[in-house]
Amino acid sequence: MTELEDTTIAASERGRLRKGITDFFASPVAATGFVTLIIICGLALLAPWISPQNPYDLMQLDIMDGRLAPGSESMSGLVYHLGTDSQGRDILSGILYGLRTSLIVGVLSAFAAAIIGTTIGLIAAYRGRRTETIIMRLVDLQLSLPTILMALMMLAILGKGVMNVVIALIIAEWATYARTVRGIALVEREKEYIEAARMLRLPGWRILFRHLLPNCLAPVIVIATMQVARAIGLEATLSFLGLGASVTEPSLGMLISSGYQYLLTGLYWISFFPGIALLITIVAINLVGDRLRDVLNPRSMS
Amino acid sequence: MTPLLEVSNLVTEFGGGKDRPGLRAVNGVSFTVERGKVLGLVGESGSGKSVTGFSIMRLLEKPGRIAGGQVLFDGEDIAGYSDDEMRQLRGRRIAMVFQDPMTTLNPVLTIGTQMIEAVQAHDPVSKDAARQRARDALGLVGIPSPEERLSAYPHQFSGGMRQRVAIAIALLHKPDLIIADEPTTALDVTIQSQIISEFQRLTEEANTAVIWITHDLAIVSRLADEIAVMYAGRLVETGPVGQVLTDPRHPYTAGLIASVPSQNRRGEPLRQIRGMTPAIDRLPKGCSFRARCDRATNGCLRLPDLAPEGARSFRCFHPVMNESAS
Amino acid sequence: MVTSIIRRLMQALFVILAMTVIVFIGVSVIGNPVDILINPDANQAERARVIAHYGLDQPLWKQYLLFLQGLLRGDFGDSFVYGRPALGLILERLPATLELAITALVIALVFGLPLGLYAGLYPGRISSRIIMSGSVLGFSLPTFWVGLMLVMVFSVELGWLPTNGRGPTLALFGVEWSFLTWEGMRHLILPAFNLALFKTSLILRLVRAGVQEVLPQDYVKFARAKGLRESRIIAVHVLKNLMIPVVTIIGLEFGSLIAFSVVTESIFAWPGMGKLIIDSINLLDRPVIVAYLMMMVLLFVVLNFIIDVCYTILDPRIRLDAKA
Repeated sequence: MTELEDTTIAASERGRLRKGITDFFASPVAATGFVTLIIICGLALLAPWISPQNPYDLMQLDIMDGRLAPGSESMSGLVYHLGTDSQGRDILSGILYGLRTSLIVGVLSAFAAAIIGTTIGLIAAYRGRRTETIIMRLVDLQLSLPTILMALMMLAILGKGVMNVVIALIIAEWATYARTVRGIALVEREKEYIEAARMLRLPGWRILFRHLLPNCLAPVIVIATMQVARAIGLEATLSFLGLGASVTEPSLGMLISSGYQYLLTGLYWISFFPGIALLITIVAINLVGDRLRDVLNPRSMS
Repeated sequence: MTPLLEVSNLVTEFGGGKDRPGLRAVNGVSFTVERGKVLGLVGESGSGKSVTGFSIMRLLEKPGRIAGGQVLFDGEDIAGYSDDEMRQLRGRRIAMVFQDPMTTLNPVLTIGTQMIEAVQAHDPVSKDAARQRARDALGLVGIPSPEERLSAYPHQFSGGMRQRVAIAIALLHKPDLIIADEPTTALDVTIQSQIISEFQRLTEEANTAVIWITHDLAIVSRLADEIAVMYAGRLVETGPVGQVLTDPRHPYTAGLIASVPSQNRRGEPLRQIRGMTPAIDRLPKGCSFRARCDRATNGCLRLPDLAPEGARSFRCFHPVMNESAS
Repeated sequence: MVTSIIRRLMQALFVILAMTVIVFIGVSVIGNPVDILINPDANQAERARVIAHYGLDQPLWKQYLLFLQGLLRGDFGDSFVYGRPALGLILERLPATLELAITALVIALVFGLPLGLYAGLYPGRISSRIIMSGSVLGFSLPTFWVGLMLVMVFSVELGWLPTNGRGPTLALFGVEWSFLTWEGMRHLILPAFNLALFKTSLILRLVRAGVQEVLPQDYVKFARAKGLRESRIIAVHVLKNLMIPVVTIIGLEFGSLIAFSVVTESIFAWPGMGKLIIDSINLLDRPVIVAYLMMMVLLFVVLNFIIDVCYTILDPRIRLDAKA
């Protein structure tokens, strides 16, 4: 089957893409996830224009409006649909801005990790020998430690902050890509067309990126999608632990964290609504990723 | 005396539901097996011969199901058996040997465990007694130092040895019938021959009837009493092995025989049946062999019945008549 | 067998050594070692004394050797916050974390195994679909948020369970345990369930996938053809094959449970290592951080080693490979 696939790959690429898209939307659950995700991205993108207030602008916050219940109205007539936090920050606005942070952190770290990991994986598979052994040992080491531990380790070294969280996430996640890509590339490496490319004395990087890479793309996309969800969850977790976003520019995790002490006295909304927003985002991405895996997985295609 | 097994009009479908028909892998198959006799069930892959075997055992994978027909075992209709009654039948009165010995034994359990549990599934004996029987059974199928081998794992055996173990398990309860689903196909030719001889000896000694499912006519001619040829889910010819193999009536049977290498003269090109077995979801109307048959006419657009002729029967409007053989 | 164990031991040692290099580089090269090792409040004389004490005026390789030497003696320096040896602080809190992690693991197994088995055996049933959807939720719900919601529902609204600390403990083998007292047990329930949630989903999905992989195997069909009862087929043929991935995941996930307990411990004020490490990162208490990291690395290496050994016991095919 694979040989056939290789020769007809270019011709069928377009058809496969169309079939993939059709397949994807054949699942109503995945379609719902996808639409939800689009809406979330839209909300995050448009946050500065659609939020009732700028939650990061301390001038706009009125401490007198602190801890208002959902639906309360401020002196100036602004309705806090989801209530306010202890500093008088509108939770709805906080969520919209927080989603921005979450998505940026998630996408940025997942993509950077994907690029770095894929490159390293390709190099390992292509170079073989020593390089491969060393890289794969490092990958094994990395993967034997849980992500959060890696992230904590990096934050302990780099210090707190959102950008450092992104770096920590990249360092914690690249190995997954490297291992997957190397696995696939190893199989491809043995195939005839790579042999042919070598015979033609194509430069190494060309073989790597023009021939090996396209075959690794599908799994990398699937992993990256899932990774975005994981990264968003981790960023929120780290921010919740006080290691990520700052108090003045809270991300979702930070908002949830700041609501914790009030939760015990029954003021649920500060923690509750940002958590729901986080949950919806992560579930939507996971649903899309799940479906992508089913659609893109060559084993399930045949 | 009633035959041991009487299958009539068996229909097995995959998919489908109460009103919707599914794909018919087995389409109205009927045959009988007498006590102690060997039936060779022959056909190409996809002809429904294995599914027939699994249907008798009621071991169909979902979405397969028996959609019609009757299976009388020892005079009783086992289609009406409850799951537990059926379970008690399996392994005790009807045993089965599978095609690929590499996958039939559980890789993480010792041979001993897998044999002892088979004994204890039907006889309430102690573990020691069961072990004793397992050991004897291994000895019987020609496995050296059976006592030690009981504590070995499947991967420590060769393919041929594993198939011997599977046969030993099938024989544990001295069943009335063994369904052997291409048990030698996956083995080397030399091992094949040994296993067939052993199998033949053991089943003859125990007077066990056998349904030997295979695509290999040479094996059938060697050990079967009766033959049933399947094509695209239907029986096309049945009868005593001697008659059918020397003087086939159905063009498909004739084609099969002609394409056995030893039937061909040296230097002549190998004869073969042209075309491919049709997929069961794309069967042609009427006789399903029509498209590959040299003798087909417009009359073949109707489905011929399985017509008896003496001890045999065949499903063809234009049977091959070999005057010199009759 | 023995040679393979020795080989794996060597690999484990190599991993530990590699991690010491990484931690050393992280702490002593990327971060400023003076900031890391010296309490910012220390005076000039103190600084000079500490620099000399840690050999920071020495070349890097020598510093690394000194670092290693300290590790071997279990000397990570004194905590800036508590003024006591960092390793001692960590070890003190280890039992609380272990208790939490073990309880969570037990919960995850008690729920994940049977539910996964059920969903795998009867994939078409509505109950199975509900279980699987639930597991997606369990996968996606951020642990810390679930923790808060547990607090909100069971403590604030219903008032059933406490949320703060371990409660009264009782000593067993010289270590204090919460689960030995009724009150301690009640303190343990919420954090343990919180920590278990994610792993329950994980084990559930793993078991389901395993069941669906094993069921169509010929050996299961053959077991049926032998006339075995379905209960025996599931309990022996299916489960034994499932045990291999499950044991692996238990081993790996136990370590990750300990790592993730930082979140749960922070929410429920559980006085374990996780709470300590977060406090230490926030307060830049570097000796404790280094001690914690090295402890975790050691833990993971030991766990991986144990998994490897379990593997060879469970899977006879691997045992043979090791012999050959």
